[in-house]
Amino acid sequence: MNFLLEIGTEEIPHWMIPAALDQLSKLDLLGAVPLVDATPRRLVVKAGNVPERTPDQEQVIKGPPISAGEKAAAGFAKKQGVELSSMQKAGDYYELRKTVAGRNAIDIFAEYLPGAILGIQWPKTMYWTAKNGPRFIRPIRWIVALLDDRVIPFEIAGVKSGNATRGHRQLGADSIPVTFENFNEALRKNFVLLSSAERRRKIESEAKKLGAKIDPELLETLTFITEYPAAIRGDFDPKFLDLPAEVLTTVMRHHQKYFSVGDPLEPHFVAIMNTSGDPDGLVKLGNERVLKARFNDARFFWDVDQQRTLEQRVEDLKKVTFHVKLGSYYEKTERVVSLVRELGGGAEAERAARLCKTDLTTEMVKEFTELQGVVGGLYARAQGEPEEVAKAIYDHYKPVSMEDSIPSTREGQIVSIADKLDTLRECFKAGMIPSGSKDPFALRRAAQGIVKILAEGKLDHDFYPLVEGPVRDFMLERVQYYFREVRGFKYDEVNAVLASSRGTLADVESRLRALADVRPTENFEPLAASFKRIRNILKQANFEANGKLKEQLLESGAERDLFDAYQRVQKEIQGAGYKTALEKIASLRPQVDLFFDKVLVNAKEPEVRINRLTLLSDLLTEFSTIADFSEIVTAGEQK
Amino acid sequence: MDTFQDTVFKLKRYWADRGAIIQEPYDVEVGAGTMCPETFLRVLGPKPYKVAYVQPSRRPADGRYGENPNRLYKHQQLQVILKPSPSDVIDLYLGSIEAIGIDLKKHDIKFEEDNWEAPTLGAWGIGWQVMLDGLEISQFTYFQQCGGIDLDLVPAELTYGLERISAFLQGVDSLYDMDWAPGVKYRDVRFADELQSSVYNFEMADVDRLRRLFDEHEAENRRLLSLFDPKSECKTRFPAIPAYEQVLKCSHLFNLLDARGAISVTERVGMIKRVRDLAVSTAAVWAEQNA
Repeated sequence: MNFLLEIGTEEIPHWMIPAALDQLSKLDLLGAVPLVDATPRRLVVKAGNVPERTPDQEQVIKGPPISAGEKAAAGFAKKQGVELSSMQKAGDYYELRKTVAGRNAIDIFAEYLPGAILGIQWPKTMYWTAKNGPRFIRPIRWIVALLDDRVIPFEIAGVKSGNATRGHRQLGADSIPVTFENFNEALRKNFVLLSSAERRRKIESEAKKLGAKIDPELLETLTFITEYPAAIRGDFDPKFLDLPAEVLTTVMRHHQKYFSVGDPLEPHFVAIMNTSGDPDGLVKLGNERVLKARFNDARFFWDVDQQRTLEQRVEDLKKVTFHVKLGSYYEKTERVVSLVRELGGGAEAERAARLCKTDLTTEMVKEFTELQGVVGGLYARAQGEPEEVAKAIYDHYKPVSMEDSIPSTREGQIVSIADKLDTLRECFKAGMIPSGSKDPFALRRAAQGIVKILAEGKLDHDFYPLVEGPVRDFMLERVQYYFREVRGFKYDEVNAVLASSRGTLADVESRLRALADVRPTENFEPLAASFKRIRNILKQANFEANGKLKEQLLESGAERDLFDAYQRVQKEIQGAGYKTALEKIASLRPQVDLFFDKVLVNAKEPEVRINRLTLLSDLLTEFSTIADFSEIVTAGEQK
Repeated sequence: MDTFQDTVFKLKRYWADRGAIIQEPYDVEVGAGTMCPETFLRVLGPKPYKVAYVQPSRRPADGRYGENPNRLYKHQQLQVILKPSPSDVIDLYLGSIEAIGIDLKKHDIKFEEDNWEAPTLGAWGIGWQVMLDGLEISQFTYFQQCGGIDLDLVPAELTYGLERISAFLQGVDSLYDMDWAPGVKYRDVRFADELQSSVYNFEMADVDRLRRLFDEHEAENRRLLSLFDPKSECKTRFPAIPAYEQVLKCSHLFNLLDARGAISVTERVGMIKRVRDLAVSTAAVWAEQNA
């Protein structure tokens, strides 16, 4: 049988729809596969091949033991509502075999659907009938629920299921009887394109034809705020093009949900309507006027903001809250400036740090908060600050995600690190520490941003001295995450490098690269296993090297050979690149193997024993500065 | 072409024809029509109510000395409360837009998520901003909580930005250029108010005096509420509405101080909480009276 469910609602927030569809695609339709789609006003589930009934099932109920006698069996039969004669003997027990009749799918669905629909998880729900009434994302206004041509009868919030859908608010009919087969076409005739893929294609192709620069995120938004999208192109006065492109684009994309046209910008925009067309040009005219007013606002903000320089605004930051527990942005600025100094950022970076938060006091940023930083950079440039300062301010929120690029200048990188580091330190100090999925101050993102800048900017800073205690552990996790998940190194390689000597993240990365290159060579993993053995031996012996190795105590043969090889490799790796060095170290394998094969470390004479332990200890220390091989999980261990 | 006042008349007529009481503006300063007792108090409790009124709404920080064509210190809102919200409430709303001369078949209407929250009132709701050809013309909210109380009936609140809508209908770029009445511009009626209020709010308001006034109104509200006896047989005589007016005074004074730049970082959160505490305890008294 064919199943059709349409939950008719008032407009659902666009960004919540995909997750709701995902849940609906897991509806239990007696084995049939749910196909889902949606517009802002309807969530739809369709399925073919739904069984008409569930099959009859035989049920076996175990009765009393035969040894308990017929009386017990009779009592059991009575309780089950059957004659004693219908009981059977199975082994030492009585049993009852009953056939449980299957049920009609329509009855099952009528019971199941209300709970399943109201069980959809939303980020935020509402009630609309009265207190303690059902909760959903927005009020449910109609329900279509059909199994072939029969209505699956149920009710939610006073709305009875039926077979009538509704069309587009302005262009469609109010009550349209539908069937499983004609549903999509009936909607189409009433100006609803049910398929989100079709709406997306329509928006993209129409907008492209009008010259739009397609922004994927905006495209997705528009797909789910329209039932019948259509593109129109509007124009604005070219005189606005002297405002920064960042400002114009933000107004168009984020505030008006328009696609911009051209790169560099042209004085046009593409708007997506939720209606079939604009025959009289009224929609175009209306949107043009809104945009003009918005651009006028932006110009007004720009002009007003120039009346006070960023420098003059530093004092104003005393009135801008960074966080209730952490004081004002003025205090933050002071801390960031001194951090930049500590990091050796230079005069331009210090200047940028001093000014970087002042745009929070501007009209432009109050209106377009997403342009924080960018506006400060533009203003700094307009006010004659050096280009390095302007660029550093402009970029200092970067990277805003793992995909985003890092600030392009050294000054920008230092200011960005200092800003994020300050946030981390202060939040940890105030006990605002992320836990599980809770990270309200986006500290993971901040820490990740620092790691990304340190690594990709190849900065000369080790992060260790910058942080301590729990913040250091937190950062270390982000470093591991970065090299594992973002750069794709194996977890044990990352551990091995981080467990050896410290250094800049750029250095960590070169060591990782060398390690990953050398790892597949034949000598490497066996040597790693031997190093682990050495570590264990030293540990068991509680050995701490405190004397020099005495060459005269070396036994000729395997022991002497190892020492010679050790000395040779030690010389060879001086000044060599990491990869060459690792290859050379790996070449020690035969001598190490032979040593363990032939030489007894725990020699009788204490002197000899200590000398052997010293040899091993020197070997381990000397050759673990690139990576601590004992952290490598070898093929043998993985089994 | 309809003047500003014609549009107001039509909207009032439309809602009067659908059973709403037409109220007059409240006579204490408010930041939004929501804050009037006709909304804030009436949405509490189980009694149905339908009301529409124009409310001049003051936002000191939005003042621009009459220089910005789109921004006002004091704008006029048409506020409609339908309690409980009827199931065809969106159609009713769209009907009101057609009633002022907008043919919806020729325009683009979108409902975009915009949940409303008023921290100083302990109030929030779920809803949309209504976009007409890219212009936000209304805020549509299903109230969920007011004064910290879950609402028995869920009212729909429709708020129309009258200046914007009228400027849209008249096709003018500046609010000041629209006709308020035949031959009388919005500028003629309102400019002096915008200019002078901006001067006062940003330059001349006496911070210390405003602070004292805030404390006084807060104290008066607390004094009154401390006298409420829920067991009293004449509890309906208790002046909950006058007590609430003290809250409105505090709220406005807070906005003034904020616009004046007089509220420090740490103080701000504290003051919002002070106002909310007053609003919440006053709402509780009213709910008790009307249970």
